[in-house]
Amino acid sequence: MGKVVEVNGPLVTIELAGVPTGEQVRIGTLNLMGEVIARHGEHALVQMYEPTESLRPGEPVVALGHPLSVELGPGLLGGIFDGVQRPLLEHARQHGDYVPRGVHIPPLDRNKLWHFEPHPGLDSGTRIEDGAVLGTVQETPTIAHRILVPPGMGGELLDIISAGDVTVDTVVAHVKNRHGEIQELKLFHRWPVRSPRPYRQRDDAVAPLLTGQRILDTFFPLVKGGRAAVPGPFGAGKTIVQQQIARWADADIVIYVGCGERGNELVDILESFPKLTDPNTGRSLMERTLLVANTSNMPVVAREASIYVGATLAEYYRDQGYDVVMVADSTSRWAEALREVAGRLGQMPVEEGYPAYLASRLAAFYERAGRVTTLSGDSGSITLIGAVSPPGGDFSEPVTSHTKEIVKTFWALSKELADARHYPAVDWVESFSGYVASCSGWWAEHVDPRWEAHRATALGILSQADELARIVNLVGPEALSPQQRWALQGVALFKEGVLQQSALDPVDSYCSPQKQFALLDQMLAIYQRGLKMLDQGVPVQELLRLPLLAQAQRLKGSYGNDQLDGLREFATQAESEFNRVSDEYAQHGKASTT
Amino acid sequence: MSGKEYRLASAARGGLLFMRGVPGVALGDRVVVRDHGGGRRNGQVIRTSDEVVLIQVLEGTDNLDLERTWVRFLDQPFEIPLSPDILGRVFTGLGQPRDERPPLFSPLKRNVNGAPVNPAARAYPREFIQTGISSVDGLNSLVRGQKLPIFSGSGLPHNRLAAQIVRQARLPGDDSQFAVVFAAMGVSFSDASFFRETFSDSGVLRNVVMFLNLADEPSIERLILPRAALTVAEYLAFDLDLHVLVVMTDMTHYAEALREVATAKGDVPARKGYPGYLYSDLAEIYERAGRIRERHGSITMVPVVSMPSDDITHPIPDLTGYITEGQLVLSRTLNNEGVYPPVDIPPSLSRLMKDGIGKEHTREDHGRLAGQLYASYARALEVRNLASIIGADELSETDQNYLAFAGAFEQRFVGQGEDEDRSVIETLNLAWDLLALLPPEALTRVNEADLAKYHRWQGATTEAP
Repeated sequence: MGKVVEVNGPLVTIELAGVPTGEQVRIGTLNLMGEVIARHGEHALVQMYEPTESLRPGEPVVALGHPLSVELGPGLLGGIFDGVQRPLLEHARQHGDYVPRGVHIPPLDRNKLWHFEPHPGLDSGTRIEDGAVLGTVQETPTIAHRILVPPGMGGELLDIISAGDVTVDTVVAHVKNRHGEIQELKLFHRWPVRSPRPYRQRDDAVAPLLTGQRILDTFFPLVKGGRAAVPGPFGAGKTIVQQQIARWADADIVIYVGCGERGNELVDILESFPKLTDPNTGRSLMERTLLVANTSNMPVVAREASIYVGATLAEYYRDQGYDVVMVADSTSRWAEALREVAGRLGQMPVEEGYPAYLASRLAAFYERAGRVTTLSGDSGSITLIGAVSPPGGDFSEPVTSHTKEIVKTFWALSKELADARHYPAVDWVESFSGYVASCSGWWAEHVDPRWEAHRATALGILSQADELARIVNLVGPEALSPQQRWALQGVALFKEGVLQQSALDPVDSYCSPQKQFALLDQMLAIYQRGLKMLDQGVPVQELLRLPLLAQAQRLKGSYGNDQLDGLREFATQAESEFNRVSDEYAQHGKASTT
Repeated sequence: MSGKEYRLASAARGGLLFMRGVPGVALGDRVVVRDHGGGRRNGQVIRTSDEVVLIQVLEGTDNLDLERTWVRFLDQPFEIPLSPDILGRVFTGLGQPRDERPPLFSPLKRNVNGAPVNPAARAYPREFIQTGISSVDGLNSLVRGQKLPIFSGSGLPHNRLAAQIVRQARLPGDDSQFAVVFAAMGVSFSDASFFRETFSDSGVLRNVVMFLNLADEPSIERLILPRAALTVAEYLAFDLDLHVLVVMTDMTHYAEALREVATAKGDVPARKGYPGYLYSDLAEIYERAGRIRERHGSITMVPVVSMPSDDITHPIPDLTGYITEGQLVLSRTLNNEGVYPPVDIPPSLSRLMKDGIGKEHTREDHGRLAGQLYASYARALEVRNLASIIGADELSETDQNYLAFAGAFEQRFVGQGEDEDRSVIETLNLAWDLLALLPPEALTRVNEADLAKYHRWQGATTEAP
């Protein structure tokens, strides 16, 4: 038992003999949670996960004997936890509208019964390794929760219960470990959040993570096990992009970490996800979703922890062989929490007040992404997507620039596009993806072999746009050649017909890969047919007047993912419309020359 | 301990008083400082150990004779008494009366810092508020429980706009008015009187609680003021079931006071000398807006943020924009052209609009129509740029239409009278009147049904000759 020496905002100096750094402590008569982050002789420095108002020097301190850990077991999915895994729904039920201090409710419900089905072939005397599957619990109708032997607990199985309904706290097996100690295994175990969970080996990512968002999947793809960042100034639509990914990504599990962001955004997810269905399984989206919420008005130190809590939960489901997407909104707020603690510790600031270890901490965090072979031989992945909130929208600031070096997919959001209500406001010049080659195989096999070429052509036309727009702004559209004016129209087709996508339109919110390709193919076809007709001498005004252009731009919202026939029909009509103009012009041209 | 006074001040600078050897003082506690002239100042403990206690003195530390300065620790945090009688009252930043009426007494007192709302207990805001202002209702709709700041610059009519919102805000088809909590930080006497007259003229004064800290009053008091005001707002909304509109002006003065204290404490500065925790600190204030499940009341917040040198990337508007649910940005250009309210449409945004509009709340075409207006106006602004280079006569026919649209949109849609209260349906119809200047093929954000129902293209006028 120790005591409080000094209270300085979220930092408390304590006197407690022999407490290691990283240790969890409970402080004061209010029983506030904190973590030891430094030692100075007899004194230890504690960062507090709860507000320290009314704490006094001299109040008692107790060490818990373990570092910050999370409970891993069935009952996580569909839940909302705070930055140190306190169950917020249960808190609201027991303690009302505000988050009280010093209250500790276990994250997993101790009374709920789960039907445990032991893994076949396990008997007394079987050798079970770390990470082996002990049994299964159906956590939600689609997710079979595999109960794993916690890393470090493998050994000789002494006994295992038969199938039946048990609570998370029930001992389901006894194991004699390599030191001859007998250990109890339950449906849940604890894991320290700052230590990545072990796996057998890392594998190359092979499959795209499909999000149903055209600009992401078609133009700047991400893979299962990849890492991506979404930087953007406020109002550019970061949150909508992240929520769309959380909604539609073809992952098994989605972990959404609201780190220092708005409370209402999490409520939006909590209220809307149960009503939305996963396009891949047809089940409610909430069944595969887990929220970690440390909103901007909650204690700043718990914000720092929330990212690691999210990553550990993601690793736990990865270890069960699932594809997990973790969305962190926003990593800038996490970095600011680092900065705040560093500032109070008096550490030397390097860039904009951030400590020197910002880059290495960021890199270590993103390194928790990846596709792996698990200890039990399954394949699982974590895809990490971090939002970045650069001050003033300046991408050269430290968090954005370090992140840019670490991630392989960079979805840069632009204020200009957002101001013109071009959503998602992903800037096709600033953004990049290092996974195009890895994804092209999948697209060729499942959708169309021309995907990679189409994508490159479209990006080429789009990148001309800026230059042409500059000319138009200087001398007006009349100065452009017919081909250039048609290219501007082509850009409009791609922008309105493919890139823009309304998250609010039920038809357009999710776009299947097949429809994505069909739309891209259609716009390219119109553009290329137009070029050919220009070569035949059809005046560009004639083409620009065609009503099919506006129709093409509305196609995305006119036909759903299961109405691709409508798209094909449109293609035929467009084709005959072009033929008509072409014929008319051929006759007219002849008439005028004779 | 509350009865004991200490004369142990060892240093005073920049609003901070250092006390030596007062054991067991709790963080955040309120203190009363008695100076050598017998004057009383208020303070708060911001750092505590048995050796040194650091006190932030809200009236500042000028003219303190340390040998003759006495400090009494009240052993309680900053609290404010609450009762229904609070409506109609005027307070200082610390919650003391400044309306020549006796202090409020009530057994119910609450800590001004509040506690963070459990996100799981929040209810998502989705009830449309009609402000009668087209640029807000049509394009940046406000909903109950939203925080929507006005980003402004010196000399722009943000106070008039905020006052108009207060006067006109109501749910469509519901005449009940909002209770208003008005928090003024570092404003001039004339601005404060302007608001008081507005409240008085529109007959809402009995439903208003005012917290005033004028420009010549102690700046550190501004750190407590919005917290006291929001504690009252929470009481009105969640204890008395009222719908509360909180107007805070000017958050820039608040942030400057925060910087002043941070600098004195020696905190590591992040941008422009503001402390790294400015974001979290602002969030503690702004996030107190909202709705809570199974409670009838709501807190809707309209803070005014003046942008130093009209710079939207300045840390205060920048961090505010990351916390609030959108922003109304005022434009100096429109103001100079005589457009009131000069709402700069492209950078303005309401994040909660999507769920507060549409068939159930306003009209089925509202969302698409707003998107179309934004897109058409963005295009029209490009055309206007072009016209300034090549001359309006050189523009194509379509571009001429856009140019006409830009002018009409600014003058007739954005511009309106300070007492003009348009219903949301009037606003939407007006928008379609303006879109009549553009041909249907230019309107790709609305659907065919909207076009058929509402669009009346006036294309014929340009084809007349």
